[in-house]
Amino acid sequence: MSADMALWQEIVLAVFLVTAGIFGLVGSFGLIKLPDPMTRLHAPTKATTLGVGGVLIASMLYFFFAKGHLSFHELMITLFLFLTAPITAHFLAKANLHTDVNRDAVPPPAGDRPWAGFESDEARRIAEDKASKGA
Amino acid sequence: MILTSALIFTTGCFALALLMNLWRVVSAPGVPDRILALDTMVINFIAILVLYGIIEGTAVYFEASILIAMVGFISTVAYARFMLRGNIIE
Repeated sequence: MSADMALWQEIVLAVFLVTAGIFGLVGSFGLIKLPDPMTRLHAPTKATTLGVGGVLIASMLYFFFAKGHLSFHELMITLFLFLTAPITAHFLAKANLHTDVNRDAVPPPAGDRPWAGFESDEARRIAEDKASKGA
Repeated sequence: MILTSALIFTTGCFALALLMNLWRVVSAPGVPDRILALDTMVINFIAILVLYGIIEGTAVYFEASILIAMVGFISTVAYARFMLRGNIIE
C-alpha cells in the first residue's frame, strides 16, 4: 500500500469498502436466516451487486489515486457478474420449483394443460402437435 | 490509516461471510440450497481476491478473479442443470 494519499481520497475509499463489507456480510447472513428456499434466493444478490460492486469500485478508485491511470478490468468483472447472476438465479429457482413446491397445492391454470414449469417434454410435444393440427 | 482499517474491516466481513457460507453448505436442508451457498462462496471469494489485490498494490489478481467468476458460473449452471435434467450436455 502506498501512503501518499490525501485524506479525502482515503475517506472515499473507506466508505466504499465498509459499505461493501456490510452488504457482503448481510447477504451471507440472510442465506442462513431467511425461512424458505425462494426467499433465500434473494439474499446473496445483495452480496453480488453491492458487495462485490463496492469492492471493485474501491479498487478502481485506489489504482486511479495511487498510480494515476484509470483501469477498466474491474468493470469487466462487474459486467460479467451482472450478466450471469440472473441466469444462476433462474436455474436455482427452477431447481427449487421441482424439488420443494407441492404441485397439488398451487392453484390450477386456465385450460386443460398444466403450468409450463411442470409440463413434461413429451406432454408438451403432444399438446403442441395437437394444437397445430387443429389450427 | 483510515484505508488500512477499512481494508481490514472489509476483509474480516467477507471472511466471516465465507465461514457462514461454508456452514450453510454443510447444514443446508436441500440440494438447491447447497448450490446457492457454493455460488455465494464464489462471489465472496472474488471480493476477497480483489481486496488482496488492493492490499498488495498489484493488478495481477484481477485476471485470477475473472477466471474464478467464469468457473463459478459454469459450475453453478452445471450443478443446477444436473439436478433438473439428470444430465449436463444432452
